Amino acid sequence: MFPRPIEKSTPVARAAYQAFLPFALILWLLPLLAILLTSIRSAKDINSGNVFGWPSEFAIIENYTAVFTQSAAAQYMWNSVLITVPTVAISVALACLAGYALAIYKFRVALPLFFLFVAGNFIPFQILMVPVRDMSVQTGLYDTIAGQFLFHAAFQTGFCTLFMRNFIKALPFDLVESARIEGIAEWKIFWYVVLPLVRPAIAALAVLIFTFVWNDFFWANVLTQGESAKPITAGVRALNGQFVNNWHLVSAASLLAAIPPVACFFLMQRHFIAGLTLGAVK
Amino acid sequence: MTDAVQHPQAAPSWLKRNKLAVAPWIFLIPALIFFAIYVVIPIFESLWLSLYEWNGLYGPDGESTAEWVGFANYAKLWDDPNFWTSLRNNIAWLILYMLAVPLGLFIALFLNQTVTGMRFYKSMFFFPFVISQVVVGLIFGWFYNPDFGVVGTVWKAIFCEETTNILGNVTFTCSRPAPDILSSPEWATYGIIAAGLWPQIAYCMILYLTGLNNVAADQIEAARLDGAKGWKMLWYVVVPQLKPATFIAVVVTVIGALRSFDMIAIMTQGGPFGSTNVLSHYMYEVAISEYGERYGYGSSVATVLFGIMLFFISYFLWRMYQDEKGGR
Repeated sequence: MFPRPIEKSTPVARAAYQAFLPFALILWLLPLLAILLTSIRSAKDINSGNVFGWPSEFAIIENYTAVFTQSAAAQYMWNSVLITVPTVAISVALACLAGYALAIYKFRVALPLFFLFVAGNFIPFQILMVPVRDMSVQTGLYDTIAGQFLFHAAFQTGFCTLFMRNFIKALPFDLVESARIEGIAEWKIFWYVVLPLVRPAIAALAVLIFTFVWNDFFWANVLTQGESAKPITAGVRALNGQFVNNWHLVSAASLLAAIPPVACFFLMQRHFIAGLTLGAVK
Repeated sequence: MTDAVQHPQAAPSWLKRNKLAVAPWIFLIPALIFFAIYVVIPIFESLWLSLYEWNGLYGPDGESTAEWVGFANYAKLWDDPNFWTSLRNNIAWLILYMLAVPLGLFIALFLNQTVTGMRFYKSMFFFPFVISQVVVGLIFGWFYNPDFGVVGTVWKAIFCEETTNILGNVTFTCSRPAPDILSSPEWATYGIIAAGLWPQIAYCMILYLTGLNNVAADQIEAARLDGAKGWKMLWYVVVPQLKPATFIAVVVTVIGALRSFDMIAIMTQGGPFGSTNVLSHYMYEVAISEYGERYGYGSSVATVLFGIMLFFISYFLWRMYQDEKGGR
């Protein structure tokens, strides 16, 4: 193990390390802690300039209810749910199929097609912006929930396919081979042999795609204009304009927007990290 | 009867015979069609559109009003100072964002211990990556605020003297005014990059933590017996083993640097005076502005950005291809 485990050093070094950890953490999360503290302050503190010290009173309930009653935050949150959930379902489902095809069958264009999905996943959004926006306007999908989740699902299919293909490729191929010898139909092999084995990959992709799409801001701006279809990220920006200098409300709204991905991360931490670090070890 | 059992079909159907050739396409078709419509075809449409001038409108007959201008959009880009500022800022992003890789490694090394509560610390250090860049942008926008942000407050504590006037109002007299980072054309971009580094370091850290978990213990021990330690051990024994993690960290950092949009849109909207624009944001600003849409010109900016990205993508794909060849 590197660096040398701290248990093997002197008790003094160990104690110093243990004591330094919380300090380092607070320093690292200082911006976040500051905004957390701001979100529970009263307007009085903000106006009197007490923005960094301890709050003179706690207005946690007032602030968070104010966000919901004085703005369309609830609508934005719900829109985000309506956009992310179908995106996850569609892109993961398509990627299971495509990843299976690219990992299991040996055909000439398998690798070029795989690289197409990989490359598509790296391109800048701006190169897609005008055509996708134009297409959405033409088909009546502009400023709708469906317009957003269809795009996200298609785009995230690239990443999901990359992930699934590599995951399935790492499974023992004998499983498929012996099923074929038994004469089992190809779709049955997919459904009964491979799909149960890729469950961890599905879980990892689900949490990752949920987080990516929940945090999307660019497409929310490109594909929506009104309140009816805006997700919370774009909503928070709108609130920022609406609550000028009401930093306690802006902070509360930002933190609300961050809760679902954060909850998702803490609940499914293992899968989340397994997904993000795919390929980081050989 | 017996004949039928022995030969259920005189000759197996074409589909049966070619089942292994047809099956992958059946599995691939939904994803391919979807991906083609929303990703592959739009790329070529954008490239094509960059040779047109178009405000996004259609004539009454349903024909687009786009007008062919050839390379005029690119000629205009060449003379556009905002384009060059954006490009320069993109380069600044690319270079400075790379700091996330060594810094992420540094934090990973710091956290790669097994004392009690370590799991908690690791996940809390990773925290900034999970929250949306919009929120990170807002947090730092407030953090940098010279009047009531953290920077302003700390500044006041160091350089300002608090005085209470006759009316009982508190005023501050400062030996030098607090820096307004995001309003300064020279510093704003660096302020945004610093904010962007925060989640990116967290991402690189988690990659390295996973990598460090899988470093071969026997090699470390062997090197230790040979007297290697500290920086030498890190550089000659550990870092080479972390190569896959480093590769991914570099890939995601390059992509992240070139994709930076959210924070700029939130913190400065490209200002002051366009000094914090990057190509991704400038493209958006040009294509969808208050003064009407300029899809053609926007597409030419997007094409330049795409070209830069393509350079990196080709390298990444080439590396992946080498691995595929070597792997199996």
